[in-house]
Amino acid sequence: MDIIGKVHSIQSMGALDGPGIRFVVFLKGCNLRCGCCHNPDTFDFADAKEYTPQQILNMAVRYKEYFGKEGGITVSGGEPLLQPDFVRQLFTLCKNEGINTCLDTSGSLFNDKIKQLLSVTDRVLLDIKYTSDDQYQKYVGCSINAPLQFLNYLNCQKIPVTLRQVIIPTLNDNSDNILALKKIAKDHRVVDKVELLPFKKLCQVKYDKLNLTFPFADIPEPKAGDMAKLEQILKDKC
Amino acid sequence: MQHKNWQGFKSGKWQDEINVRDFIQSNYTEYLGDDSFLSPATERTNSLMKRVNDLFALERQFGGVLDIDTATVSSLTSYSPGYIDKENELIVGMQTNRPLKRGVSPFGGIRMARQACEAYGYKLSKKVEEEFRFRTTHNDGVFRAYTDEMRSARKCHVITGLPDAYGRGRIIGDYRRVALYGVDRLIEEKKKDKASLSNGIFDTEHIRLDEELFQQIAFLGYLKDMAAMYGFDISAPAQNTKEAIQWTYFGYLAAIKEQNGAAMSLGRVSTFFDIYAERDIKNGLLTETDVQELFDDFVIKLRIARHLRTPEYNELFGGDPMWITEAVGGMGEDGRTLVTKGSYRILNTLYTLGSSPEPNLTVLWSNSLPNNFKRFCAKVSKDTDSIQYENDDIMRPIYGDDYAIACCVSAMRIGKEMQFFGARCNLAKLLLIAINGGYDTTSGMHIGPQMEVIQGDKLNYDEVMKRFDTYITWLSNLYVNTMNVIHYMHDKYCYEKTQMALHDTNVHRFMAFGIAGLSVVADSLSAIKYATVTPVKDQNGFITEFETVGDFPKFGNDDDRVDLIAKDMTHKVITELRKTKTYRNAEHTLSVLTITSNVMYGKNTGATPDGRKASAPFAPGANPMHNREENGALASLNSVAKISYDDCRDGISNTFSVTPDALGKTDDERVNNLVAILDGYFAKKAHHINVNVLNRETLMKAYDNPEAYPNLTIRVSGYAVNFNKLSREQQREVISRTFHESI
Repeated sequence: MDIIGKVHSIQSMGALDGPGIRFVVFLKGCNLRCGCCHNPDTFDFADAKEYTPQQILNMAVRYKEYFGKEGGITVSGGEPLLQPDFVRQLFTLCKNEGINTCLDTSGSLFNDKIKQLLSVTDRVLLDIKYTSDDQYQKYVGCSINAPLQFLNYLNCQKIPVTLRQVIIPTLNDNSDNILALKKIAKDHRVVDKVELLPFKKLCQVKYDKLNLTFPFADIPEPKAGDMAKLEQILKDKC
Repeated sequence: MQHKNWQGFKSGKWQDEINVRDFIQSNYTEYLGDDSFLSPATERTNSLMKRVNDLFALERQFGGVLDIDTATVSSLTSYSPGYIDKENELIVGMQTNRPLKRGVSPFGGIRMARQACEAYGYKLSKKVEEEFRFRTTHNDGVFRAYTDEMRSARKCHVITGLPDAYGRGRIIGDYRRVALYGVDRLIEEKKKDKASLSNGIFDTEHIRLDEELFQQIAFLGYLKDMAAMYGFDISAPAQNTKEAIQWTYFGYLAAIKEQNGAAMSLGRVSTFFDIYAERDIKNGLLTETDVQELFDDFVIKLRIARHLRTPEYNELFGGDPMWITEAVGGMGEDGRTLVTKGSYRILNTLYTLGSSPEPNLTVLWSNSLPNNFKRFCAKVSKDTDSIQYENDDIMRPIYGDDYAIACCVSAMRIGKEMQFFGARCNLAKLLLIAINGGYDTTSGMHIGPQMEVIQGDKLNYDEVMKRFDTYITWLSNLYVNTMNVIHYMHDKYCYEKTQMALHDTNVHRFMAFGIAGLSVVADSLSAIKYATVTPVKDQNGFITEFETVGDFPKFGNDDDRVDLIAKDMTHKVITELRKTKTYRNAEHTLSVLTITSNVMYGKNTGATPDGRKASAPFAPGANPMHNREENGALASLNSVAKISYDDCRDGISNTFSVTPDALGKTDDERVNNLVAILDGYFAKKAHHINVNVLNRETLMKAYDNPEAYPNLTIRVSGYAVNFNKLSREQQREVISRTFHESI
């Protein structure tokens, strides 16, 4: 019997979540409560839209022509690792159709089912939210070892990885953090790309609507110039 | 046949007959490389363009029209030569004797010319008024033959924008013929054609063609006279790149002096010019910089082309457009690409001269286009929002590989096919008229078959559809007959002598009909089918509003339940249109294109069952209604792609706005992703797309502070406009459109 996926929303054109043009599925449910989260509406499983893997595939194939050599499907969230069987089935169907599969995750969960899911995953977009365990404990609610162990596993399995980090002024917008991030990338050969994403506050309205407090409401968005400086540090040779 | 000016060209049948395509195929050099060879603007070009930009600023200060010559009827030789800066111009020729001064062209209709003058504080001279007192214009002729019903349909705006008071346009002369053959040869061929007519049976068709040929020959003579006024003898073929561009431009200039047509498109000249450029560069006569300068100078001339039009006209076709459409790229039937360095150079003018709505640069996109060229186009789109794309892979099998685009989306073989332009009917209004049994609540007019207002407190889909079918049948017949009157009279009183002289004598004709409000109709019918629509009647018993309860599928979400309603609707309309015979046996075609008239059409249409309020604008062309797309950009594109080009051979226009951030993080990603979107959309057999890569905020700033954005160009519906030239209402509508954003 097909597994039912708990879906938040579907975006037919994603150009920011993985290489090329991507069909993006946002899943419901997350095990973390990051202060910078811009999708608080995916925290729990309430009001989820339910789809079988086949139903999602049927939608995704309608966009195959746009994927070209690089694009494909991305499953994001929420935390897709909370629904490993569903995502594995979906990715298996996609691979049979020749659709590239990409998983956008915090890498904070790990088990055998997740290993099976990774066996049909072409690329992982891995959020490394901070580079210190202190900050992880304080603002994410887990140890930094979780994503690092996850990354080690990806490295062993030779699954290409894009490291991503949301740059949050006063918390991680400093060169030490970027250098540490670079080191993580360098130490894992599967990492072929590092992306810095500016912290955005458009999600305030979502928090308001859900009657939740936006933990980072008082933190400003980073300035374009500061982002460029950090990008430069990232590019510079060590 | 040989000519010394053809030295270095490969010979072929093009020498023995008028056959520009054969010349191109035998002589062009495809270019697969990237844009690194291109030259920037020279000092000369910059200073000339500065003068032109100053003139544009002055024109804006004067309320959109710099000057009008009210005493001269525009024609090929009626003005003394005009220049921007005589010493520094490489390509010469002006519509009147001064840049941006507009001429009057009363052959379409004297009233229109008169009103246009008055709208800008001028008065049409006594001389012209007197001259036309004893002449019949196209407009006079049409209204002599119009029936009461035709007048009513026009008056209540169920058919609007018809070319019954202005020049019909949408005819593309093969202006390249002037350069390749010289005018003497063209006259000689036309004389042969005329002589061959002398053996036929002299029925109406035959006599008309015979007289038309007389006029064509006469105007080819005037074309030579016009060039001579500028010091050029164009009786012989052009002998170098500069002459090829100049001769071609003279052909085009003659056309726009003679005709104030709704769309005066250019054709497909850049690869043709490239053949001359390759020869001259090879012979050491020109450098790349020289060639770019010639392209730049030519394009400057196109950018200052102007027609005199009334404010009412601008309401329909906003932004003072001429639709000087140039088709760029595409593939040849033999599998080689028609992309040449010339294709790059014409797009490069958007950098050398800055972005601009004219000429209306239209890339013929094929999956097989060289990747370098695809990437260059995407880069230009991203940087300038000035180009549109049309699907060469679905048009080439129909029109061959030497077709061009008239206006926005109308394909035709150059010099072999022409069209009778027919604006569009308002399908959403027709639906309301059908529901009200032949009564238009907006105008208060009874029109069409008269029957009872639809009864019951809930609209029934099958009943509404049956009704609607009856009214579509009625309107289609009326529409064709109205068009027949218009084009009979245009041929009779306002025949395009120069343009038709640059066609084969026997041409294939299209009669191009159009529909507006397709997405409103599709969503309305979907609401009736899937939700509960309760009609609300006024005190006279007519339905003026609807209460719609429940959700329903909306066009633009890749949902077949509603998308197929839209697709079936176009099929139904063209099938009905085909049932009425056309003037000159033209082939019926249909477009889903509104220009900017979607605002005006909306204004004249009551509330619709989809929840659209009375007077609210329609979406442009085949676009889904603003902000009803819930599944993202590709879902929206997929919905439009379902409308079949076989039903809509006159084009299906889609305008797509995406923010730079939604397209990717780096410039390189944005270019690649835009290429992927275009490849995907056209692989879905879609026909047309306008691409804007910009933020809504930019438009809002330009709306509040126009002076700060004098050259802001955006694609609207089959063409581009200078944002500041739109009416406030049109600007607001453009701002309210869907912008596909990152989430």
